[in-house]
Amino acid sequence: MTQNLLAVRGVETFYGRNQALYGIDMDVNEGEIVTMIGANGAGKSTLMMAICGVNRAVRGSVTFAGKPIHEMPTHEIIRLGISQSPEGRRIFPRMSVYENLQMGAVTIDPKYFADDLARMYALFPILEKRHAQRAGTLSGGEQQMLAIGRALMARPRLLLLDEPSLGLAPLVAKTIFDTLRELNQSQGLTVFLVEQNAYHALRLASRGYVMVNGRITLSGTGSELLNHPEVGAAYLGGSGH
Amino acid sequence: MNYFIQQLINGITLGSIYGLIAIGYTMVYGIIGMINFAHGDVFMVGAFVSLITIIIFGITGTSSVAVGIGVLILVAAISMVIAGIYGWTIERLAYRPLRGSFRLAPLITAIGVSIFLQNFIQATQGARVKPLQAIISGGFTILEGNDFVVRVTYMQILIVVLTFLLMTGFTYLISKTSLGRAQRACEQDMKMAMLLGIDVNTTISTTFVIGAALAAVAGLMYLLYYGVIDFYIGFSAGIKAFTAAVLGGVGSLPGAMLGGLVIGLIEVFFAAYFSSEYKDVAAFSMLIVVLIFMPQGLLGRPEIEKV
Repeated sequence: MTQNLLAVRGVETFYGRNQALYGIDMDVNEGEIVTMIGANGAGKSTLMMAICGVNRAVRGSVTFAGKPIHEMPTHEIIRLGISQSPEGRRIFPRMSVYENLQMGAVTIDPKYFADDLARMYALFPILEKRHAQRAGTLSGGEQQMLAIGRALMARPRLLLLDEPSLGLAPLVAKTIFDTLRELNQSQGLTVFLVEQNAYHALRLASRGYVMVNGRITLSGTGSELLNHPEVGAAYLGGSGH
Repeated sequence: MNYFIQQLINGITLGSIYGLIAIGYTMVYGIIGMINFAHGDVFMVGAFVSLITIIIFGITGTSSVAVGIGVLILVAAISMVIAGIYGWTIERLAYRPLRGSFRLAPLITAIGVSIFLQNFIQATQGARVKPLQAIISGGFTILEGNDFVVRVTYMQILIVVLTFLLMTGFTYLISKTSLGRAQRACEQDMKMAMLLGIDVNTTISTTFVIGAALAAVAGLMYLLYYGVIDFYIGFSAGIKAFTAAVLGGVGSLPGAMLGGLVIGLIEVFFAAYFSSEYKDVAAFSMLIVVLIFMPQGLLGRPEIEKV
């Protein structure tokens, strides 16, 4: 029996008067890759931000490693071991690549920094080549790698990834998905992945959820969802790839 | 020519004081996007705390420059700590509760805090101008022309050197330490800084404390340089430092330093060659001209961000 690392129960959030999420229930177990697929505006990023306490859940609860976190300040939630590479990457554009990675490690004992940095440079060699460059001048794919690298520098127990493949060339997206699989298999990294690129996400994930207009409409294993007729029609362009 | 050089020296001295105050404006603007109109009055409080400390310690003019400097560093430290407490308290009470409210709200409370501080000091310290005997006097002659003698006082040297040291230390703090990185991160993307585990409230508080501490040193320098202060000095010095921050590019730290220097020089040269009665007009006209023709300032970024 795997341990239940993240448990979301009945979470509802609002933007002003508009309700964004309606009673979301979902789980991520230790060592899993779980994905949430859905169209633009379905509420996937809102859920990620609600887990981190940026958009507050008005109703419902979020539990991480057995601890209720939905009323904690964001920086304390992060210090429990949740790390997010958010929608739009949000790297610090006027900091160097190196400084961005340093920012990823603010919650971590400095004695780990040199090793972690070397590991990140091994994972994404382009970041080492560009370490002194202003992050805002990187290409989209490089920025995505930096955002993921920055999130990994926090040594997360749970990595939240919001659309890591958005706007990337298919080959770069594949590299990123391969990296995630590798980290999951070799280090047991737990990942919650939000994607529009449903095919790759469902192939990578052990389980998945489908979100439509702020509600979870389907859930199942990756292959179940891949073969589900509704998923095929709505997110995989008909007959799959 | 000698007269020009003398004014140049005076302008750099005054510009150093403005530059130190301007940093507080620009840092706070950079991180929470508000103009802290009470900042000039924190400078004034710093000057008063310095004066009170000097009187309590019974410091008087000394012939030894070394002793004078040592004592003044102690006064500066005390003044920085107390002004820092003011800065922290102002943010905590007047600005933080309004975070997330409409943009004008903290601007209005800032003006309220400014009026409060002026009245508080007027009520507790009196409205009369407070004189101070020169603590470090003397200087030396660097040029002796036919009709005009150029002199640099020890006080001027002290002000410029101390400003240079503070700015160097401050630049190091911002560019190389984790505190400085946290500050820059909050300035560039506050929500993301939070998502990396930065306690944004602490970072903002620290910003106010640092700005206030630098303003307090400026207050001490003003006190020593002019020898008189009153509860109202924060207003005009504050607006001039604000002009300096705008001229340099609001949000840019090197810009604030440069802007301070330029405003100091403009003021001194205007007073020297045109009219000392209207020297404030020169500085404020500069503000208007910059806002109309160069709103991003000398070293500021244009407002367009690559998405």
